[in-house]
Amino acid sequence: MIAVIRFGGSNCDRDAVQALESLGTDAELVWHEDGLPAEVDGIVLPGGFSYGDYLRAGAMAARSPIMDEVREAADEGTPVLGICNGAQIGSESSLTPGAFTTNESARFQCEHVYLRVENADTPWTQAYEEGDVIELPIAHGEGRFEVDDDRLETLEDEDRIIFRYCDSEGNVTPEANPNGSKHNVAGVTGERGDHVAVLMPHPERATLEDLGSTDGTGVLEGFQA
Amino acid sequence: MTQFTATVTVRLKSGVLDPEAETTQRALERLGFELEDLRSADHFEIDLEAESVDDAAERVESMAERLLANPTIHDYEVEIERR
Repeated sequence: MIAVIRFGGSNCDRDAVQALESLGTDAELVWHEDGLPAEVDGIVLPGGFSYGDYLRAGAMAARSPIMDEVREAADEGTPVLGICNGAQIGSESSLTPGAFTTNESARFQCEHVYLRVENADTPWTQAYEEGDVIELPIAHGEGRFEVDDDRLETLEDEDRIIFRYCDSEGNVTPEANPNGSKHNVAGVTGERGDHVAVLMPHPERATLEDLGSTDGTGVLEGFQA
Repeated sequence: MTQFTATVTVRLKSGVLDPEAETTQRALERLGFELEDLRSADHFEIDLEAESVDDAAERVESMAERLLANPTIHDYEVEIERR
């Protein structure tokens, strides 16, 4: 069973459960105060505006007691995927490197973006080929990936970048970068290995043909990998 | 025990883009003000009881490290005053 953790202010939690179940993966909502259930095969930190984005997006949820359990589970190899606000929570809780901060535009941006698969050798990208271009929605005000240059170089050397913003042809350009993220980074893997990853775009919003795109299913299939 | 007020100032590290500050600067310029640069910072005032200034500083620095600042993008300063 995949636990989708609901914090006060999460709002993509039910979407994540629905999307996982439509792929045949058993998923349940878990209220953060209830703690992690005993038998958990994976964890989703869902999108939303936990605790009103007070202080910094994700800062409050990252310090809630359930995140100690999430870190322990991640240490033991349980897959963890942070989406949007979940990505901010993941970086704020040091599960993943860097920070997601105010968009270069200083505006909330809600649009479709193209992403290039940078490393297809992770659970979250094994459904794609390296260089594939997928289209996913973004909806965030604080999605600009920020990290110091040396650290970014290390992340790139270690193949820890899983997605970069690109144009429809797969060119990673400043124009295709919706939020000013360093080196167009849209998603990275965790400090504990590839089984932990975060990304700002919303794969769970691109899993049903009726809603226009199923490009996100491959990311969620990471829980079955 | 002595009562102190600690002031924590959290700033973006130099070189980290601050889109809100840039927008604010542009708005001031639109109002006709002339300025060279504008930087923003978060400012927290914390009242606490501690054995000494050092004790207060240590506790507040730990608060800054663990929550008030994000070391990836921020620098912070702590000042302690008797209340």
